[in-house]
Amino acid sequence: MTHAADRRDLAWWIDRTMQVLVLAGGLSAIVFIAGIFLFITREGAGFVFDRFDFREFFFSPRWTPTSNHNPTYGALALIAGTASVTGLAMVVSVPFSLGAAIYIGEFATGRVRETLKVLVELLAAIPSVVWGFIGLSIMNPLIIQVFDVPVGLNVLNSGIILGLMAAPIMTTIAEDALKAVPDGYREAAEAMGATRWQVTFKVVLPAARNGLVAATLLGVGRGFGETMAVLMASGHSVNLPTSPFDSVRALTATIAAELGETAAGSDHYQALFTLGIFLFIVTFAINLAADVFVRGGRRKYRRRGRRPAASANP
Amino acid sequence: MSTAAPPSADSDCAIDVVDLAIRYHGQLALSGVTLKVPAHDIFGVIGPANSGKTSFLRAVNRMDLMTAGMEVSGSVRVEGRDVRSWRNPYALRRRIGVVFPLPVGLPMTIYENVALSSRLRGTRNKADLDVIVERCLRRAALWDEVKDRLDSLGSLLSGGQQQRLTIARALSQDPSILLLDEFSIAVDPVTTMRIEEVLSELKSEMTIVLVTNLVQQARRLASQTAFFLTGELVEVTETEAMFEGAAQDPRTTAYVEGKFG
Amino acid sequence: MFEATERNRRNRKVEGLFRLLFLWMTCMLILPVALILGVLIVRGGPAISWEFLFTRPINNMTAGGILPALVGTVWLVVVALIASVPVGVAAALYLSEYAPDNRLTRAINLAIINLAGVPSIVHALFGLGAFVIFFRFGTSILAASLTLAIMTLPVVIVATRESLQTVPLAFREACWNMGATRWQTIRKVVLPNSVSGILTGVILEVSRTAGETAPIMFTGAAVFMPFLPQGVLDQTMAMSLHLFVISTQVPDVPEHMPFGVALVLISLVLAMNGLSIAFRVYLRGRKKW
Repeated sequence: MTHAADRRDLAWWIDRTMQVLVLAGGLSAIVFIAGIFLFITREGAGFVFDRFDFREFFFSPRWTPTSNHNPTYGALALIAGTASVTGLAMVVSVPFSLGAAIYIGEFATGRVRETLKVLVELLAAIPSVVWGFIGLSIMNPLIIQVFDVPVGLNVLNSGIILGLMAAPIMTTIAEDALKAVPDGYREAAEAMGATRWQVTFKVVLPAARNGLVAATLLGVGRGFGETMAVLMASGHSVNLPTSPFDSVRALTATIAAELGETAAGSDHYQALFTLGIFLFIVTFAINLAADVFVRGGRRKYRRRGRRPAASANP
Repeated sequence: MSTAAPPSADSDCAIDVVDLAIRYHGQLALSGVTLKVPAHDIFGVIGPANSGKTSFLRAVNRMDLMTAGMEVSGSVRVEGRDVRSWRNPYALRRRIGVVFPLPVGLPMTIYENVALSSRLRGTRNKADLDVIVERCLRRAALWDEVKDRLDSLGSLLSGGQQQRLTIARALSQDPSILLLDEFSIAVDPVTTMRIEEVLSELKSEMTIVLVTNLVQQARRLASQTAFFLTGELVEVTETEAMFEGAAQDPRTTAYVEGKFG
Repeated sequence: MFEATERNRRNRKVEGLFRLLFLWMTCMLILPVALILGVLIVRGGPAISWEFLFTRPINNMTAGGILPALVGTVWLVVVALIASVPVGVAAALYLSEYAPDNRLTRAINLAIINLAGVPSIVHALFGLGAFVIFFRFGTSILAASLTLAIMTLPVVIVATRESLQTVPLAFREACWNMGATRWQTIRKVVLPNSVSGILTGVILEVSRTAGETAPIMFTGAAVFMPFLPQGVLDQTMAMSLHLFVISTQVPDVPEHMPFGVALVLISLVLAMNGLSIAFRVYLRGRKKW
């Protein structure tokens, strides 16, 4: 019996070609992330290998790259700036985001719930430069007036702004985590006579713990990497902050503010790329950790089953 | 192009299975299946849920390629040739029509549902497609109900109509083998009877493997019937013999008499 | 019996309190933003005029309009979309339709998460190092748009993948069983039923791209350009950077101008998002199976 039908026809070849093309699309994500690391390392390498002093970078608050006789590259104040702003932002937004996620996920129903979700989504869409502008033009005079301080561009200002910015993403992820808890858990608890808030606190929140940690981590990542809002609202002075009313300068803002004034290849230029490498590594670690938590959360309720797509190499 | 395996001795055998075993993610779902499906006949497969009937069908048309974690060992020959020797498994699948337990009307018009297979093979001519669509819908006993609304969505037909649409779509492949997997599960009894009539007519043209949860359906239609139980083939027997107490294995008799399952 | 109802009543009271607390928290996230939007409208509204939108800035950007910035943003967004949509859709197709559950797939997913998580200023450094310097595009729309494209790639990928996965597996299986190749199945069944969801994602990407500032600062956006860009190798003004510049770098800008720019920018972005949401709601209402 002959099998004339068994030919690798046009459809087979097209399928093969498309398979390679879409794989290339998928691989591009890896290429890009590797490319980012490679290119910022390439620009910053000179500094990292020749000039970089671990102790100075991490423990000196003196960031004076433009000093003529003795430029120093201590990033401590910048790290402190980033940390203080991000920290305040988290203090402000973690409870509110989780509260909002609980309200949207566990209490609100129907149209109210959909509307709130859309509003949260719209909040996430506001560009960071607009947030920065809000800090500059609305929050600044407000803080000066309310707290009677000379400058309103400070940790408090950018912390609140950053908190509002990070809240939508945390709310969304936290709500996803709550939603991932199977309804069976809730029903079982309710059948035993627990009220809604008892179910929420005793059953749902513990079950969703990993996802909530991931949400917080992603919020931290967002705050840590935010540039324009922090640049515009934090007051821009290299400073180890001692109160929320101190002005600070964040890592990201330093790069944004100074890169334009440096000569390509100079120590200062390379030092700014080194800050970039540091930012890249830290955010990478945060995202990795968040991913581990998200997976950990999901694995708990995953059922065995066939996945839609298999490896097909006919 | 080399033919990997020599043709089977008897050309009356459409599907020749030797020592078939199927695993999902390493877990055995079906093993030790050796059977021959005669050509131009209806071959019944019965057995309780999870006995490996659907896996058996998926091995015949090489759906293991599209299913993560599914491994097949042993040999399955279709028309004398090992299915795994096909360089283009899509071409193999085009020769094999499949009907699913739950009807699947694709989210396109009724016309496009039936014309899809021909279009994929490069038929562009509208007149040719019209002929194919009408012929297949008629043979699936659906034409009279849908001929005035061929442009409505196939996925919004009733369950019974969608199942006949699925059959029409399978027929449009002009298959030499038709695999039916518990087609009557979501279909009303009247439609089931009509489809059974269609199948009786079709068996002169193609080999039909009828996996069914209704033992009486196998009795009505199949000449030979295989009984699968918990991942094993218990036996293959002439259907009438099986129902008249002449089964080789007492479990088969117990099953067809409704003592379990 | 009496005790039980007593406890019941107390429980209901506590429940009501918690409900109020969480509602208040939700409002605390949304209300400030509503207030801020109100302020932007009140103070930026008067600046908006035909002339503001369609003339060039004059007198060191302290007067005139924002035309070059508007046009520049359109350039940046369009070029970024051309670069990122095909790549993003391909990546999503791979992940949704082809990818086996293996290490490579996990690595790709992780890379996507990180592309979305890397700070925008790091993307800017990358764009400068790669496109401006290494590939010698100079500071140009091309360099800036490619940087934006890579940064917003995850938006397209995630939206597309979600949209692809709304198409039931049964449809794919039906096609495969007919002998359709994976690609034929994608083209005939999967894409036609997910293209609108993909479009929703693209609109979302437009909104993201239009608002970004840091990635374009050193790669292609100029503080001031008297001309409109003529091609992808020109520099350009952009709305987002323009807002930054006139609110922090230029002295003596009348107050209503930055408010006007902020209002235009946020209107653009929110309109795009609104469009995307409306589209999604419309799609949800239109069932095909």
